[in-house]
This record gives sequence, structure tokens and C-alpha cells, in this order.
Amino acid sequence: MTTTVLEPAGIDHTHRELLRLATAGSVDDGKSTLIGRLLYDTKSVLADQLSAVERATAARGGSDGPDLALLTDGLRAEREQGITIDVAYRYFSTATRAYVLADTPGHVQYTRNMVTGASTAELAIVLVDARKGVLEQTRRHAAVTALLGVPHVVLAVNKMDLVDFDEPTFRTIAAQFAAYAAGLGVPDVVAVPLSALAGDNVVERSARTPWYDGPTLLEHLERVPVARDARTEELRLPVQVVIRPRTAEHPDYRGYAGKVASGVVRVGDEVAVVPSGKTSVVTGIDTFDGPLDEAHAPQSVTLRLADDLDVARGDVLVPAGADVTVGADLVGTVCWLAERRSVLGQRLLVRIGTRTVRALLREVDARLDVDSLTVERLQGVDTLHAVDATDTSADAAPSALGLNAIGRVRVRLAEPVLLDDYERHRRTGGFLLVDPADGATLAAGMLGPTLLDRLLPEQPDDGADWLAGAGI
Amino acid sequence: MTTTDTAPRPTRTLGRGAAGTATFTQLDALESEAVHVMREVAGEFERPVLLFSGGKDSIVMLHLARKAFWPAPVPFTLLHVDTGHNFPEVIAYRDATVERYGLRLVVASVQDAIDDGRVVERPDGSRNPLQTVPLLDAITAHRFDAVFGGGRRDEEKARAKERVFSLRDEFGQWDPRRQRPELWDLYNGRHRPGEHVRVFPLSNWTELDVWRYIEREGIELPTIYYAHEREVFARDGMWLAPGGWGGPRGGERLEVRTVRYRTVGDMSCTGAVESTATTVADVIAEVATSRLTERGATRADDRASEAAMEDRKREGYF
Repeated sequence: MTTTVLEPAGIDHTHRELLRLATAGSVDDGKSTLIGRLLYDTKSVLADQLSAVERATAARGGSDGPDLALLTDGLRAEREQGITIDVAYRYFSTATRAYVLADTPGHVQYTRNMVTGASTAELAIVLVDARKGVLEQTRRHAAVTALLGVPHVVLAVNKMDLVDFDEPTFRTIAAQFAAYAAGLGVPDVVAVPLSALAGDNVVERSARTPWYDGPTLLEHLERVPVARDARTEELRLPVQVVIRPRTAEHPDYRGYAGKVASGVVRVGDEVAVVPSGKTSVVTGIDTFDGPLDEAHAPQSVTLRLADDLDVARGDVLVPAGADVTVGADLVGTVCWLAERRSVLGQRLLVRIGTRTVRALLREVDARLDVDSLTVERLQGVDTLHAVDATDTSADAAPSALGLNAIGRVRVRLAEPVLLDDYERHRRTGGFLLVDPADGATLAAGMLGPTLLDRLLPEQPDDGADWLAGAGI
Repeated sequence: MTTTDTAPRPTRTLGRGAAGTATFTQLDALESEAVHVMREVAGEFERPVLLFSGGKDSIVMLHLARKAFWPAPVPFTLLHVDTGHNFPEVIAYRDATVERYGLRLVVASVQDAIDDGRVVERPDGSRNPLQTVPLLDAITAHRFDAVFGGGRRDEEKARAKERVFSLRDEFGQWDPRRQRPELWDLYNGRHRPGEHVRVFPLSNWTELDVWRYIEREGIELPTIYYAHEREVFARDGMWLAPGGWGGPRGGERLEVRTVRYRTVGDMSCTGAVESTATTVADVIAEVATSRLTERGATRADDRASEAAMEDRKREGYF
């Protein structure tokens, strides 16, 4: 029997936590069915949605109960073509947790969508078909998850009903994946044998897997630790706006509003403003509901400081004396998200924290193939050589990045910014590359060494590369 | 690091909302995210406006805006797209709210647009789809560059694919295939002149979250959200209130029922549900056990087709 308590009306929800998760897998793996099953079995599907699905199932000639995969089809083209185009967000909840699920399509623009969904996820569900085991795309999903630093991964071994709930089949797949994920540096992997279609081990414990004593998928989602220990993190507070009411009641008020990205800040703490380096003391932490003694990530607050410093949107407050890297040479791994290819020397805007700075793409020196998990070194540190951006053929520019490509870039910034390594500072180490002409988001990046660097073939003369790139 | 603290500290003194303790709840997380989004808009845009219908989602948005900028006043103008088929209770609430917080209100009138010939009245009398033109005209006339909407991704399946920052072209159109990827909490609001960005700070909230938040914050709502006696008639499985827009028609019988509204829109297409819920707690209990989505239960405009919302969104609807 399941131990999961579904949400009864009238329960005390004041302690309910939020878990953001992402799913990766293709339609063939039964991803939509699995999500449909989660929504259905947690009673998150209401009668009118279900009857719409039943109508659609019947219209397609289905007869064997509602096709739960149809619950997640959003756009007209998706229903017409039977594909998933874009990341969709789904919501379900139990008595103890509310879930925001980023449903990422597995095949079209896969990397772009997976990177988007994984960026905010604390947990990723990677789906495999029990008949097929770990495939190239499974490895790709795991690699993107690792690249984005998702701390928890669930391997959902689906379609167990089609392998007669065979224990050795499950064990073999789980062991293969565990070994692979360990190599990627994924800290926590749990494998669950299930059937999304029949509901085994999704929410309800299956009688057909007596050999399995681990949690059902939902039981695991309920238990996986989500509360961050902000006390073990170093403070980062990117300033969003300066609050100056200039009203009769608050003529001289000046507060720095922002969301604590990581760590804790207390009244009396000495903080430094990055990039200026000036320091001051926190004299107040204000909220609409009254002052606080301390604030933790991810609270949105307003800080007052003892000194009248020049603090503006884009600055970051960190602990005074913290060992931070500030610089105008950005090195990181990007996933290229736009149809137009990268061009060496192109002008960019870099969005990092709440700051936007002008920039030049100086170098693309390595490219990661997430299918084969190999890294290719690229030549072409040539910012003057013009490349035709409209030529999308594979060999148009050896050092260009096209849609879905992952590569290591070096970007020169017009002014110095806080450069936090993504692997240590997931909330401040991410950045966007934006096209200054039309504002399009061209790429999303992670500062400092990533999975790409760990997979990079050794080169004896390459040792000092990072120090040169990341320093001031 | 400044986090070494050995002194015992009761959790409650952290206030509502300390991560790493049991008191940072789902609602705290949603509130902080929405406040963050609103501050991003204030930091990135010149002329933001907040769509305010007097419905619960827009009321929650306004409450979040007050929180985000306190002790400064809300730095956004309010925009109401007035269909002319309003619930009087909602208009009274709107005007009292504007007065109370010293806000600036712009009204874009569907009636004016009909009188000018910019839109044409539909045979079914519904003015909900007619709101798009006056909305886009007001955005152009006032050069609004960011437009807050109370849309939530749980409402409808086309909305499930909407971004928090959603770029609209100079015709106000939404192209689901050309949406910008949205990563971490880095919202990209850059746009060209003539384009604008729709911003949805409640994207990740569900209907139940909105109600629980209303309860927690003690937010006052227009009275039509709670059970009251009203003369209504049945059409298409919904209880509609009579009005000059075309109801009741022949064969439709007026009767007094105890009802409340789950959504507030144009009177011609917003249905009431039978309910005895007179308090927020009653409503929460009712919503938690409801077997129908709020739009499925009460919005004729979404029943038109499987893709009704998607089509309206493409044209520039909320």
C-alpha cells in the first residue's frame, strides 16, 4: 500500500514546501503518460480536463481508458503533429509539497528546452524504456542535467510491464546509469521501476515488483531534501532597484531591494558592494510585513546601509572580506539557443545577475558533444575574421556555435562584474548572451569550469588557462 | 562568511519566510518570486502598467506590488479594460482601491471602441474577445512597454507554455514558436521600439495558491466572490446574470440562486457557480474539492474550441 497522503481539504498548509523539477525523455519513453499519471493519481486533473482528454482519445480511435499523454498537449500544432514543441509547466501538490514541473520535450530543440527546464530544477526525472535500457539520449539527458548542476536525479525505468517486471532487467539498467551518472558528477541518483501506463510505482506501490523495496516515484519526490541550508552558503544579493519613496512619511529613506540569491544577511553585518568594493554595515532589513533581524535565500527583502554609498541596480552585495572574483574577462560554457550562429567578434550584451553589460565574443575554443560526451578543441581565436552568420552549414565556421551546441567561450566585458563559478554558486553563476540589435536571447551560460572542462582532453600547456581567464 | 551563529534562535523570530527552516513555505517562495519579477520590471522598463480588472488575480498582483516597493508607493499605472458589461460591485471595488492607495487608473473602453468603429459588436453579445483592440490601442497610446497580467500557467493549456516575460510584437501578437528561452531567474525584457513585454508574476501559482494567499494576507475582494443570492438564468450549463447585453433570451427563465463567482470577466460570458461559501476558508475548502477547473466551470469564452485561448493570445489578448 502507498504511504502517500493526497491532499485532503482543510489541512494545514502553512508548512508546505515547493519542489521544482524537470522531466527529460521523449514521447516514446512514455514521458507524457508519466506526467499525466502523476497529475491524475495526485488528483490534479479535474473533471472537465479529463472529459476533454476522453473526447480526444475517442476521436483518435482509442478505447482503452483515457490517453493520459493528451493531458499535457498544449498548443494546436502539438496536438496536430503529436509532438511537444516547448517547455510546459505543470502543477500538482500533496499535503506536504507543491510541485512545479518543467515538462521538456525530448526530440525537437532538445538541448535548448532541457537546459531551460533544468536551470531552475532541484530534481530531474530521466526516463528510459525498460526494453531499450540506457540509450544515447539517456546519456544526453544525464549530461545536460549534470551540466546545469541539478542536484537530484531520478532514473524512471518505464514500461516495466512490457518486460514482465523482470528484476535483473531493472538492476542492469539502474547499475549502468548509476555508473554513468557518477562519471558525470551527479551527486544523487535513485532508480525506480515503474509503468506509467498502468500506474505501477508512480504514486501507488506496485504488487508486481515484490523484489523492489525502494520508494515509488512520488514517495521519493515527497522525501528528497529540498530545503537549502542557507547558513552554509556565502551571501549574494544582486540589487534590483533602489527604493527612494521621497514621501512626507519617508523623506530620506533609501533601501536596496533584491532577492537573496544565496546565504544569509543579518542586521549588523558588514557587506561589500561588487564591483566597487566599497563596504558598509547593514542597519535594517525591511519588508512590507515589518523589519527582520536576518534574511535567507530566497527571500525578497530591502536592505538599508549605514553609509551613503553609490549602490545601483546591477551591483551585488557580498560579505565584506569575501574572496570573490571580479573581472571583465568571462570564461564559461554556453548552450547556444538561437537559430543564428555565433560569430567571433560579434557584439553582445551579457546579462549576469541584475547587471547588463556590453561585450564582445572573443573566442569559442571547445565544443561538447552531449551525445558522445566528447569535447572537441576548436581553433579560431580570430576576432577580426568575418564569418557569414546566415550560413548555417556545419562547416560554415569551425569555431561557431549553432542552435543547441554547447561550447566554451571567452567574452570580453565592457566593465568588470562579479564572476561566481556556477558549480559553487548556481544562483549567481549563470548568464545570458543577448543580441543588442533585437534583444533576442542567444545563449545561456555557466561561469567557470563545468562538465565540459572535466571532459576536456588533457593538454600539457593548458594548465594556466583558467587562472588567466577567470582572474581580474 | 558571516553565517556562523551558535546562539539558539527560535525559528519564529526569523519571520515568515526563512529558507533552511521549516517556515519558508510554498507561498513564501511564490511571493518572493513574484516580488522579484515586479522589481525586475521596475528596474528594466520605462513605462510599466498593471492590468487591473478587479478580479482576484489582479488584486493579488496589486498587493504584491505594494509589498515589492514598500515604503515607496506602487510605481505602476493601473489599466482596466472595461467591457461595459461590468459587475457594479467590481467597479466599486476598483474605484475604492485606486482612491485608497493613491493610484493612477487608465480605463480602455470597449464601448468607445465600438462607438469609434474600431471593433464591431458580436451577434452573441459577448465582449470578452473584443477587449484585445482597446487593450492594444491603450498600450500604444500610452507607450506602455511592460504590461503585467494576472495569467497563471495552471489556468489553461496554452498558458502552460507562456513565459514570465513574454515578448509581443508591434501588433501585440504572441508567437508560441518564437518565445525566448527563460533560464534561472534571468528575465530578458529587451525589446525594440513599438514592441512590448507581457509580464506574468503569478505564472507559477495555482487557483488554490491564490486563495490561500488571499486568506493568509487578509486581502479584501469584491463581494461577488462569496456566496450571495442573485437572479440568474441557466445557459450552456452555467448560471449567468441578466443584463442589457442579451440575456435572458426566450426560453431562459430567471430564478434566484445562492451563487458565487470563481472568475470575474465580462458579464455576458462569466458564469456563477452555486455555492454557500461565504468566507475565504469556505472558498478554499470548496476549490480544494472542486472537480472542475475555474475556467471550465465558468468561462464560456474558453469553451469555443480546444485552442480558444491560444488563438486569443496570439492576437494579443491578456
